[in-house]
Amino acid sequence: MDRYAQMFERLDNAGEGAFVPFVMLGDPDPETSLAIINALIEGGADALELGIPFSDPIADGPTIQKAAIRALKSDVHPKDCFAIIHKVRRQHPNIPIGLLLYSNLVLAPGTDEFYRQASEAGVDSMLIADVPIRESAPFANAAKAHNLHQILIAPPNASDETMARIGELSSGYTYLLGRAGVTGAETAATMPASELIDKLRQVGAARPILGFGISKPEQVKEAIAAGAAGAIAGSATVKLIEEHLTDVPAMLQRLTDYVAGMKAGTTHS
Amino acid sequence: MTEHLDSKFGQYGGMYVPELLIPALDQLEQAFVDAQQDAEFQQEFMALLKDYAGRPTSLTLTRNLVSNPKVKLYLKREDLLHGGAHKTNQVLGQALLTKRMGKKEVIAETGAGQHGVATALACALLGLKARIYMGAKDVERQAPNVFRMRLMGAEVIPVEAGSGTLKDAVNEAMRDWSATYDKAHYLLGTAAGPHPFPTIVREFHRMIGEEVREQILDKEGRLPDAIVACVGGGSNAIGIFADFIDEADVKLIGVEPAGKGLHTHEHGAAIANGTKGILHGAFSYIMQTSEGQIEESYSVSAGLDYPGVGPQHAYLNDIGRAQYASVTDEEALNAFQLLARKEGIIPALESSHALAYALNMADEAEEETLIVVNLSGRGDKDLAHVHKILTGEHQDG
Repeated sequence: MDRYAQMFERLDNAGEGAFVPFVMLGDPDPETSLAIINALIEGGADALELGIPFSDPIADGPTIQKAAIRALKSDVHPKDCFAIIHKVRRQHPNIPIGLLLYSNLVLAPGTDEFYRQASEAGVDSMLIADVPIRESAPFANAAKAHNLHQILIAPPNASDETMARIGELSSGYTYLLGRAGVTGAETAATMPASELIDKLRQVGAARPILGFGISKPEQVKEAIAAGAAGAIAGSATVKLIEEHLTDVPAMLQRLTDYVAGMKAGTTHS
Repeated sequence: MTEHLDSKFGQYGGMYVPELLIPALDQLEQAFVDAQQDAEFQQEFMALLKDYAGRPTSLTLTRNLVSNPKVKLYLKREDLLHGGAHKTNQVLGQALLTKRMGKKEVIAETGAGQHGVATALACALLGLKARIYMGAKDVERQAPNVFRMRLMGAEVIPVEAGSGTLKDAVNEAMRDWSATYDKAHYLLGTAAGPHPFPTIVREFHRMIGEEVREQILDKEGRLPDAIVACVGGGSNAIGIFADFIDEADVKLIGVEPAGKGLHTHEHGAAIANGTKGILHGAFSYIMQTSEGQIEESYSVSAGLDYPGVGPQHAYLNDIGRAQYASVTDEEALNAFQLLARKEGIIPALESSHALAYALNMADEAEEETLIVVNLSGRGDKDLAHVHKILTGEHQDG
C-alpha cells in the first residue's frame, strides 16, 4: 500500500540505502523524458523524484533552471507531466514517485484539484520547495485527503522547534538538506550529516534521505554511513541530460550507468 | 514560533520560501521588532533621514498644472530626497538593521537601478559591502545607474537567467541569500516578498504619510480628499497610505501601469488584471498563466515593471479601503511633460502615472477637492529614454 514503507522494508532487509535520482518532467521533451525515467529505473533507482517545470524556480541552481527552461520550451504543461507519470506508474507499480515543485503551480488549478490529479497519476509524495512547515497546513490537508505524503525539508540550520514540527508532521520520508544554498552539484554536501540525522531520529521524523550537492557514489556511501536512509541526486543527473541532448541513446546509457554506480554506493559496508 | 508580527494581510502575504530561509526571516523580524522599540536606533535612523537624506521633503502646491479652480493639487516631493527617490528612506532603515544583526554584506535586486543606487549609497555610508543583482537586459538599458552603483563601491551582477529583468534579479538575490544568510542581509527593495519585508518596508516609509498629514493640516487645516501614488511593488504608495488607512474620508488611490493597454499583454497591472498566486514568497495578485507560470510584465517605467504587487495592497483592494486604477504609457508620458512645462519639475516616469491619474480626477471634480500626489522620484534617470521616445526613435520594450 505505502510504497515508501515497502521500499524501506525491502532495502533494510537487503542491507541497502535508497538511491533516488531527480529529473525534470518533460525535459527535454515528453517522449525523451519518459525514456529517461525508464533508463533511471533500469539503472536501479529505488524511487523517483520528479519536477514540474516552473518559470521562477528560486530554490534551484543553473542546471535545474535550464532543465525547466528546456521543458517549457517544448511546451510542456502540468497535464503532460501527469501523463508521463501515469505511463511510468503503469509499467512500474511499486516504485515510489515523488513530485518536487513550486507552490504557484499547485495553487493555479486549486490545491485540492492539483493533489487529486497527482494522486490519480500515481504520485506518492509532494514536496513543495517554497512551502516551509509554517505554511504547510493547507497542503498537508490536501495530501491527507488524497492519500499522498507531504514531504518536509530538514535544513542544516533548523531550529529545535522546526525539528519538533518535522517529528510531528513528516511522513513518507524527510528531505534532509546536505547544505545551504540552491540545488547544484558544484558545491558538495557537507558531511557528515550524522548530528542532524540523530536529531531527526530523536524527534521521530520520517526517515531521512539526503539531497543537495550529492553527485558521487562516495557521497552516497557517506550519507548511508551517517545514518541516512538514502540519497538524492538531482543536478548531477540532470547534467547528464544536458550534456547529451544531441545523442539520446548515449544519454540514456549514461543515465543508466550513472544510477547503477550511485546505487552501488548504497550498500552498507 | 517566534513570530511577533502578523505575517498576513487577510489571506495575502505569508512566507512562501524554502525552509532554509525561515531562520533568516525570523532573525530579521526579531531585529526589526527590537529596533522599533529601541530609542537609540530610532534616533540614528531619524538623524540619517534628516541630515543625510534631506527629510522632511516639501509638500508643494502646484501653480499652473490644474485649470479647475475647485481643485488644489499638492505634490509630496520625494523627488528631492537624496538618491532621487523615496527608496532612500527604507534602505537606510534596512542598512541599519543589517548592522544591528552583525552582518557586513548586503544583497539587493534592482530593475531600473533606483533601489540599487539607494542600496549602494547606504552601504557606502555605513561601511557595508553591497552586491546587486540586475537583469542583464536592464544592465544594458540603465548604464548610468550601473555606473553610479559601481562608483559608490557596489558590485553589480548581471543576471542572464529567465527574461533578464527585475523578477529574475529577485530570483537570483534569493538564491544567493539561501547560501549566505549567515553573513549577508537581503535588502529587498519594495513592499513585496515574504514576511516581514512588506511590513518593514511600509514602516520605514511611513514618514512620507506622516509628514503629509502635518504639512497639509498646516497649509489647509484639513486632511486631503485623496492621496494618489503609483504602484509597482507598492513601496511609495504604502508609505504615503499607511498613516491614513484609518481616516475613512481620505481616498487612497494606487495607480498601476497599464503599459500599452490592459487589453494587450504588455502591462504591469497585477491588481487590475492579475490573479491570485504566489510570487517571490508572498501570496498576492500576480500576472500568470492559467497554469501558474509567471508572465512577463511591461511598462515604459522600469520601476513599475513587475508582475506582482505587495500583499497589503491586494488586501486594501479587496476590503475596498484603497482603489487601484491604471494609466497607460502614453498618459504617463503626457503627465511627465506637462509637469516639466507647467511647474518646472521633471518627475520620474513611475510618479508620472500617479500624476496622470490625479490630473484626470482634477478635470472631473465638481466639488472643492484637495489632492496629494506622491511624487516618488525625479526624472533624471528617464531623460534618455523619454528623449528617445519623443524623438520617435524605436522604443525598447
